[in-house]
Amino acid sequence: MWPPWTQRAHAGAPLRRKRLRGGSVLPGFGLSLGFTLLYLGLMILIPLSTVFLKTATMTWSAFWQTVSGPRALAAYRLSLGASCAAAAINLVFGLLVAWVLERYTFPGRRLIDALVDLPFALPTAVAGISLATLYAKNGWIGRWLDPLGIEVAYTRLGVVVALTFIGLPFVVRTVQPVLADLDPEVEEAAASLGAGRWQTIRRVIFPELLPAALTGFVLAFARALGEYGSVIFIAGNMPMKSEITPLLIMIKLEQYDYAGATAIALVFLVVSFCLLLLINLLAWRRGRHLREGAA
Amino acid sequence: MAGAVPALARERPEARRGALTEPRWVRWLFLGAALLFLGFFLFVPLALVFAKALADGFRAYVAAVREPVALAAVRLTLITAAIAVPVNLLFGLAAAWAISKFHFPGKNVLITLIDLPFSVSPVISGMIFVLLFGARGFLGPWLAAHDVKIIFAVPGIVLATMFVTSPMVARELIPLMQSQGNDQEEAALTLGASGLQTFFRVSLPKIRWGLLYGVVLCNARAMGEFGAVSVVSGHVRGLTNTMPLHIEILYNEYQFSAAFAVASLLALLALATLAIKSLIEWRARR
Repeated sequence: MWPPWTQRAHAGAPLRRKRLRGGSVLPGFGLSLGFTLLYLGLMILIPLSTVFLKTATMTWSAFWQTVSGPRALAAYRLSLGASCAAAAINLVFGLLVAWVLERYTFPGRRLIDALVDLPFALPTAVAGISLATLYAKNGWIGRWLDPLGIEVAYTRLGVVVALTFIGLPFVVRTVQPVLADLDPEVEEAAASLGAGRWQTIRRVIFPELLPAALTGFVLAFARALGEYGSVIFIAGNMPMKSEITPLLIMIKLEQYDYAGATAIALVFLVVSFCLLLLINLLAWRRGRHLREGAA
Repeated sequence: MAGAVPALARERPEARRGALTEPRWVRWLFLGAALLFLGFFLFVPLALVFAKALADGFRAYVAAVREPVALAAVRLTLITAAIAVPVNLLFGLAAAWAISKFHFPGKNVLITLIDLPFSVSPVISGMIFVLLFGARGFLGPWLAAHDVKIIFAVPGIVLATMFVTSPMVARELIPLMQSQGNDQEEAALTLGASGLQTFFRVSLPKIRWGLLYGVVLCNARAMGEFGAVSVVSGHVRGLTNTMPLHIEILYNEYQFSAAFAVASLLALLALATLAIKSLIEWRARR
């Protein structure tokens, strides 16, 4: 694998030792991997394991009663539903924004392109108070929606608005590079074979974008599911109505109901880990697809 | 084939453009819809932060920012970031070095574990430290006996922030270093450079822009973290309130322009982060 002269330079090192060093002549394998594992263990895995340990102290019936109580069920439903709605909005408009940024030229395109990442960089509390003020009945946007009978702030719709903001960059940023790499010859071929523009988009371009768009959708959905800071300001936080699951966990913690909080957190963590698995699976399949395409 | 297309284009420019782009009204419609969406969800919320911050005039803005409690929140936020960012920088470098330069079994599992904090809700990220170090947590009695306070104190805030921001640098560096390969480091080593020399003279210059972006992003997240910090902080004014928590308190007390004044500082930080990102990308393109 390595050029022969590098092996000669290290011919003194026994072969076994080399294999232990990760099959590379570079130094620092033990140190870097050791530090990585130590930090992961102490900072991430041990703290996370407390959720499982704490839940294990509950009886099965107490656990079941907590995680399937009506208030918890309402919170799951809102969290899943609002996250799904927000991710769907971002799927449609993310495709549109990626298309416009990649295909059209207009003044300010670069600036807008840079600002798409704002939800990654803006603290969630800032986004929360801004959206709540904006979409309140007397807010800049809310006052135009109020006569139409649309209430956003302090309703479930407000939750969707906040989660849409949070998930906005994901679809745009997964679709954009695919769109940029798309070979123009494919479109030219479709056009020269008599396809109309709409047919070309629907039958040629869209299938290419779909895997990336779906990855973006799942990423936005996963991000929205756990979101707390931006939602609580705009949601109204009424139990059974506009209370998201992270808020329910927070309320139980504030009431020192640690077992109840961890039980709901455990359910939520399992859902999140399944989503993470799905994301990695999608990424792996896309990677394989790309590798096969290149070969 | 590729040469023939421009010739065709010169012959019938109108026909070609018609086949390869949308009609003019569709383009306007797409552009308008995209800008309207971004306006409602991005630009107007951003503009509102600054407009509301200055709603009571510039003097009120300065007064709100220079209030002792606000300054204490700024100081705590800076301290938290000053600890969390360097530690995660070290972690990111170590993880990226191990993953990109060596082959070992379970590498994909390791990458997934590094990403794990991203998929944990911020509230749960804070909660796990309460379960571990809180008064009724696993280590609570031992900590109380030794008079160490972690939860509802600064160490808890730092720990929760470190947890939430731990993947930021690693996730920027791993794909970058994987794509760069080992050739240059191997050349340096065979020419007699020591391990540290190779790292500082060869590896570090190659990744400096990616590293800078990772650090900037990590810093933005560390300073802006709300949910996790909110669980472990206890909200003691002037002592355990970071800037986002201070914003929440001001907002809930209806001191809107003061809340937005502090928020505008964090919004400026976010804009600076995006500016640095654009600068790095612009450099990479050149």
